[in-house]
Amino acid sequence: MIRLFLVRLGAILAKEFVQMRRDRVTFAMMLAIPILLLVLFGYAINTDPKRLDAALLVTGQDHYSRAIVSALEVSNYYRFVERPRTAAEAERLIQSGAVAFLVVIPSDFGARVDRNDQPRILVKADATDPSAASNAIGALEVIARRALLREQGLEGKAAEGQGARMSIVVHKRYNPDGVSQYFIVPGLLGVILQMTMVMMTSVALTRELERGTMENLLAMPSNGFQIMAGKVLPYFIVGAVQTIVILTTARVLFHVPFVGSLPLLIFGILLFVMGLVLLGYTFSTLARTQMQAMQLAFFFFLPSILLSGFMFPFHGMPVWAQTIGNLFPLTHFLRVVRAIMLKGADWSEIGFEYSILALFIPVYAIFALLRFRRTLD
Amino acid sequence: MNVIDVANLTKRFGKTLVVDHIGLKVAAGQIVGFLGPNGSGKTTTFRMICGLLTPDEGEGAVLGYDVRRDSRRIKAEVGYMTQRFSFYEDLTIEENLLFVARLYDLEPRRRSVAATIEELGLGGRRHQLAGHLSGGWKQRLALAACVMHRPKLLLLDEPTAGVDPQARREFWDQIHALAGSGVTVLVSTHYMEEAERCHSIGYISRGKMLVTGTVEEVVRQSGLTTFIVHATATAELMSELRHLDGVSQVAPFGAAIHIVGVDAMRVTASLRAFAAERGLPLEPGRTSLEDVFIQLMNSGDAAPKRVA
Ligand SMILES: Nc1ncnc2c1ncn2[C@@H]1O[C@H](COP(=O)(O)OP(=O)(O)OP(=O)(O)O)[C@@H](O)[C@H]1O
Ligand SMILES: [Mg+2]
Repeated sequence: MIRLFLVRLGAILAKEFVQMRRDRVTFAMMLAIPILLLVLFGYAINTDPKRLDAALLVTGQDHYSRAIVSALEVSNYYRFVERPRTAAEAERLIQSGAVAFLVVIPSDFGARVDRNDQPRILVKADATDPSAASNAIGALEVIARRALLREQGLEGKAAEGQGARMSIVVHKRYNPDGVSQYFIVPGLLGVILQMTMVMMTSVALTRELERGTMENLLAMPSNGFQIMAGKVLPYFIVGAVQTIVILTTARVLFHVPFVGSLPLLIFGILLFVMGLVLLGYTFSTLARTQMQAMQLAFFFFLPSILLSGFMFPFHGMPVWAQTIGNLFPLTHFLRVVRAIMLKGADWSEIGFEYSILALFIPVYAIFALLRFRRTLD
Repeated sequence: MNVIDVANLTKRFGKTLVVDHIGLKVAAGQIVGFLGPNGSGKTTTFRMICGLLTPDEGEGAVLGYDVRRDSRRIKAEVGYMTQRFSFYEDLTIEENLLFVARLYDLEPRRRSVAATIEELGLGGRRHQLAGHLSGGWKQRLALAACVMHRPKLLLLDEPTAGVDPQARREFWDQIHALAGSGVTVLVSTHYMEEAERCHSIGYISRGKMLVTGTVEEVVRQSGLTTFIVHATATAELMSELRHLDGVSQVAPFGAAIHIVGVDAMRVTASLRAFAAERGLPLEPGRTSLEDVFIQLMNSGDAAPKRVA
């Protein structure tokens, strides 16, 4: 019985492989999409512009302020084009758009550092482009703190919690240099896998329906599970190839660090891809034509990409949007891949996300099997 | 035991009644022809018999299995050749056959495939994509593929549409050979000479089985009387003949005209008189299956004018 089951599954698998291999255009697409997206997002779309025009308003004359100013000046992030003398003048500059940032170091800055009394740097940012602004602000914090520590002679001891407790609103961790590719490229792994896996499998059944081969397939002995498994499993190979391409590119072209465990990530990718191919297959049980299936897939892509935290910070979204976002496998995969690659997260930290990724698999599979009809009715 | 024993099979698509209480009993080794105009429900009936469509009404057994509940078992023992070519055009001939051999778990697999390719005479083209075959060759491939697992029941939906005469003859030889070895065959066709090669036929129109039986029985049951007039079929003559009392069909066949009537007395009387008056040679003819079907089609399709 089991042997016969496997033989039939093997029949469908083998057929799908040959068809996949023969469909050159699609096959090329599956390789071209990752490369195209990587280059577009990695190079062309820069969410982290440097050398932003800024104004600097320093009213104090203490050496701490001077140290921070010179550190900011040599950093790449700001180009101080204006040195306003009054707050009102500074305000006008940012209002008019002459500068995107205004950095204010208050006159009591030095005194507060000496008293160890929460010295503050104020940043006013033109947040029209929020991600650019937040990167620059994050960088400012790092640069300023470092300069201050050096000036106090406390360099290297920050970890012990000594030294200046300087406050700046935006807090940015794990990517002190603000390289957006570190953030984008691992996310692209998820987006590309989702795009190709769901798109390819969403036409699995509708293609048979449209070509008229469904009638024959259903007239021969095989059950819904064998057809489903036979149709989705070949895409694991595609997923593996894409993963290799993306991770290699991430390393070689974008120098994205990989601090975590590769086997752990591969396990996560397996769970994610399994969910995706089953989701695509579910679409193909819902649609009547290939066109409809594609439309369903694209209808799904938009919210899943927007609400996953791929482009916009997840926690910056309203609660309702976060709730919807959590319904998409991509959201959880992005957390997994970023945590492993950038933070070196281990099982205990991301086990929960894994269990959610795993949960999608039976949900989609059962839904697809229930939808699948063994007749032409 | 009958291989097919179903009654009252009924199928609706939305509101339209496509198959209307069709019953069918077929014994093992029989070749049964299914005839009927386009859209009369032949394909739909086949699909219900092989478990691809669930009947809205009706019950019965196919190969001893319940036609409603055991469709899985039925599928394993039935070979169904679809009307439209439904193998994979992007697979080669060999790959298609291999796929079928795997699904039915044929052993030894490679050997069955090789033997089938050999029988087809496609040895040199085994690596050709099925989509590149000509229409007739696609039909041959499809037949070969659906008999590979040695089914006990074959459902062939217009298997010879677009096939040349030589191939068609080979096709029918093969079907008779299969029937000789005990396979039951249900075949739909629009060709009369093919109907005559069947052990029995059924004529279906608008979802209803109108007549069943051997060709002779069907012809006899029709009660049609046929005459042949040896004359050139001019338009006036044809028209005059058509308007004679009791004549329902007039058709030219070569140098003769075929005249068919439902009421033997009336058509004989009026034709005799007409032929004598014009000095035309008249002789009794054999009613053909085609005459019967044309008659059935006309009476079925709202053409009461010509029905006596
Ligand atoms: N899936 C379907 N949905 C709706 N209507 C259908 C469906 N399949 C068939 N029909 C309709 O049912 C009727 C019978 O179709 P069927 O294919 O059984 O006829 P057929 O006798 O095989 O005709 P042909 O000789 O042209 O092959 C047709 O009017 C057709 O339009
Ligand atoms: Mg048909």
